[in-house]
Amino acid sequence: MSFSVTDPTKGTKWFAGIAVVAYAVITIIPLLWIIATGFKSPTDSIAYPPVVVFEPTLEGYVNLFTDRTRATEQMLEEAGPPETWYDEIARSRGTVISGPSRYGERFLNSVIIGFGSTALCMVLGTMAAYAFSRFKVPLKDDLLFFILSTRMMPPIAVAIPIFLMFRNLGLNDTHLGMILLYTAVNLSLSVWLLKGFIDEIPTEYEEAALIDGYTRFQAFYKVVLPQAATGIASTAIFCLIFAWNEYAFAVLLTSGTAQTAPPFIPNIIGVNGKDWPAVAAGATIFLVPVMVFTVLLRKHLLRGITFGAVRK
Amino acid sequence: MTGSPIDKIADKTPMRVARNIKGLSDRTIAWIFVAPTIFLLLAVNIFPLIWTIRLSFTDYRVNRPNRDVEWVGLRNYERILNDPDIWNTMQATAHFLIWTIVLQVLIGFTLAYLINKKFKGNDLWTTIIVFPMMLSPAVVGNFWTFLYQPQIGLFNYVVTFFTGGDPASFSMIGDVHLAPWAIVIADTWMWTPFVMLICLAGLRSIPDSIYEAAECDRASKWRQFWTITIPMALPFLMLAVLFRGIENFKMFDLVVQLTGGGPGNVTTLTSIDLKREAFEKWRTGYSSAYAVILFVTVFGLASIYVKALNKVKER
Repeated sequence: MSFSVTDPTKGTKWFAGIAVVAYAVITIIPLLWIIATGFKSPTDSIAYPPVVVFEPTLEGYVNLFTDRTRATEQMLEEAGPPETWYDEIARSRGTVISGPSRYGERFLNSVIIGFGSTALCMVLGTMAAYAFSRFKVPLKDDLLFFILSTRMMPPIAVAIPIFLMFRNLGLNDTHLGMILLYTAVNLSLSVWLLKGFIDEIPTEYEEAALIDGYTRFQAFYKVVLPQAATGIASTAIFCLIFAWNEYAFAVLLTSGTAQTAPPFIPNIIGVNGKDWPAVAAGATIFLVPVMVFTVLLRKHLLRGITFGAVRK
Repeated sequence: MTGSPIDKIADKTPMRVARNIKGLSDRTIAWIFVAPTIFLLLAVNIFPLIWTIRLSFTDYRVNRPNRDVEWVGLRNYERILNDPDIWNTMQATAHFLIWTIVLQVLIGFTLAYLINKKFKGNDLWTTIIVFPMMLSPAVVGNFWTFLYQPQIGLFNYVVTFFTGGDPASFSMIGDVHLAPWAIVIADTWMWTPFVMLICLAGLRSIPDSIYEAAECDRASKWRQFWTITIPMALPFLMLAVLFRGIENFKMFDLVVQLTGGGPGNVTTLTSIDLKREAFEKWRTGYSSAYAVILFVTVFGLASIYVKALNKVKER
């Protein structure tokens, strides 16, 4: 390693390291607390002082995925011995499982709407970004700024007419409506990010392909797309995370068939009021995939969150 | 209006594209590529915006569709600007906006500065610090209400562990004086990494040679910090502030789950107030005018700010 006068001293590095690690530990505690609470029994979850060491149980997860009713002793006797491990957990609390809860459906809605809007957004976004990157589009800068400015509107402000429009079109509370809406919301991000990624691909490759007799269209999907693959993948993950986390439109425009998980999770109610282990279990299942994606994305994080304004 | 424009486009475009794909000029391809995006944005963003502006001059109510709609001119705007409650809301929003930005810039910049000292394993710890900002604000905000519980919450326990006193003696969410800080703390926890990442990019963009030159001139570290580091990282800092400013002006999900705007109205930020007017009181015309005012405010402030940012960049 070469020595430079600007290298931080060993002591500075130690100090910086300790300070950053301390911050990281403090900042991660609420997340660890969510995950831990998911494995606590209701009593442990509201114990004072808060318990760190506890006997893990899957009760929260059972309560998350099932609806239960309070059972009298007579009913319990009639129902016979518990057949499965989750039956047993419910019985031990004096309840019987009456059926699956809505969480599975809501989670599936999040998956359908998230992936659907991401796919559509990538198709439209890649095409528009390619055009903006390679061709002389009239009013290019104005159009690009227009695309970005759609992000400045508070979601609630456009929600009123979208609510009316969707009601007229029969799109309220449908998967298609939410997919179109999230696609529109994410388009600004995907066009801006992808334009940056495509700008970085030298035009010589396409020019060579065009001379070899490719059409523009072939050059686009045979030459440019494969080279932009990393950029497209990371943009897609960003769109997916935004759609996955979105709350305002979901809570205003969906209530039943197309409701996603974020408006649902806070409203999980147990037999005795708020069931925190179940809420935490639902949150854990919902949040952990995003954490995994964050690790995958770490090289492109900065670009994504700044709409491509900052490139490392 | 029964989906006809969408159907028409879907029916027409692919065939035309398929027929002529070989002989298309670049200009035509450019338009075919850009048109769907522009169309969707017009349909889902601009058309609603124009509709909002139109509604803002009426006394329309969504929950009474059969009532005659009256054109009221600027009366909605007049009422909003003369409403003292709206100014309370603006004050709550300003408090939230200013303090989150100040705290996030201070903590975020400090962290970036420390990470830039390139200690071993800084990549791993950076990734861990970044987690909160990637998560769903509504789900996380809801869980913060659990952390803030007076008797059983972890937050109260930790605070009283260091300060002494009874963890049940204060309620971050229930207290009129503490609730505005409860949302500032949660937002700062969530979004400091955002500012940190942008600052880190700024610090890494400063070439070592400048510091080497300063070192040759025997400039003190302190002086180097104020005359090299800060000015060169400033455009990045300002960009971070722009993003956080716009995002927090629109803030809805985290705070609505955390406090729901309460207690009383102390954490009723503009978006939450707007949601109440539009979707609980169903005063559609009135809330449309409200939305227009908010949009003009964000857009105006952002434009002025971007001009300032460009000036700093040019320096």
